[in-house]
Amino acid sequence: MSQWVLYAISGVVLFAIGLYGLFTCEHVVRKIIAANVMGSGVFLVLVALARRTPSGLPDPVPHALVLTGIVVSVSATACALALAKRLERAEDETQPCREGQGRSDGA
Amino acid sequence: MTAADFALDAVLASVLPFLAWRALVTDLLPKAVVLFIAFGLLSALAWARLGAPDVALVEAAVGTGLTGALLMSAFGWVRPVQRSRQVGLPYQKAVLGALLLGFTIGLGAVILALPRQTDGLSTEVLTHIASSGVSHPVTAVLLNFRGYDTLLEIMVLLVAALTVKSQVPRGTFRADAHPEGPLLPALVRLVIPGLVLVSGYLLWRGSDAPGGAFQAGAIIGGGGILLILSGSIRAPTLSSLWVRAALVVGPAFFLAVAAAPLLAGKALLEYPPRWAGVLILCVESLLTVSIALVLVLFFPAAARHRPAGSSPVEREQT
Repeated sequence: MSQWVLYAISGVVLFAIGLYGLFTCEHVVRKIIAANVMGSGVFLVLVALARRTPSGLPDPVPHALVLTGIVVSVSATACALALAKRLERAEDETQPCREGQGRSDGA
Repeated sequence: MTAADFALDAVLASVLPFLAWRALVTDLLPKAVVLFIAFGLLSALAWARLGAPDVALVEAAVGTGLTGALLMSAFGWVRPVQRSRQVGLPYQKAVLGALLLGFTIGLGAVILALPRQTDGLSTEVLTHIASSGVSHPVTAVLLNFRGYDTLLEIMVLLVAALTVKSQVPRGTFRADAHPEGPLLPALVRLVIPGLVLVSGYLLWRGSDAPGGAFQAGAIIGGGGILLILSGSIRAPTLSSLWVRAALVVGPAFFLAVAAAPLLAGKALLEYPPRWAGVLILCVESLLTVSIALVLVLFFPAAARHRPAGSSPVEREQT
């Protein structure tokens, strides 16, 4: 079993774990973590597959794709967190008699 | 591959899913975030083992560092959850688990059936790299051969920065951070010059070694977040003209460089070969500024804000 096979299988397992967590975790921040884990699994598979060149120098195109993918997934995480924060604020505003209403920051 | 190499790879490849699983099932949220950060750092190690130093740099700086910081800054506003609750009845989770197990086995079989050795696109890249203007293959692919992807990626970053800023309610401001002791500001004063130097070095070396705009921008972005956390600078807001200009200068210049060949009757992103190296360096420099600013803009938008006019109060313990 060569190196790339090890990491490729690891990437597939990571994707499955992330997907399971995305469906079963209730808290929104955990869902965001699960989505990031899924992304890491996909990237691991891509970079592992790039390792198969006979010359030993890995294929640079999947590396560039994964670089782009990491940056875009950080953007998506930031957007998801901002929207989740907005969602919690909206929920707080529609339920005025909850105990969390005494906060002065309005967040 | 020696036995020690194989052992290291086997351990890394099996620890990564284990850490991810622990991060998702652990009961407290801060524990989950810390485990996720550890997972990210180990995956940076995995990239290094797989011969992808560019990806390792970006993952460590942006994928782990910035994402971890964003998740931690979310603790300021999430409702405290003491135990990790899961949705779904047990039989639903069993069905989901069985489906995912089948999926994993199927995909694993597909991967094992792939050819053990193939060149992929590396021969094409190495054939044409002399005319690309840089000598590092990944930079050539990012900024020249697949420059279209990078152009769109920069626009995605810009849109994401606008999205996160649009969720901040009008009239709120983020209070300056007040660190509790002298340690953080002193550390920041020591570390920031080094960060600027390393980032400039990575930007310069991107043409013939792992490095480039994203790594450099991520490091400066991290430095900017450190400065905000230590209270040395105020978080940037979109209402400032400087911020808007710095945000737009990178994508606008890249767009101009990409579209200019269209005016001469050539294709999009077809750099003139003599000027390709210089153009790529200029584009990367301006992209570094914009990327750093976008990353810094992500950070305060995920944290707590205070409505304008309220008196500063003690931070509640979450």
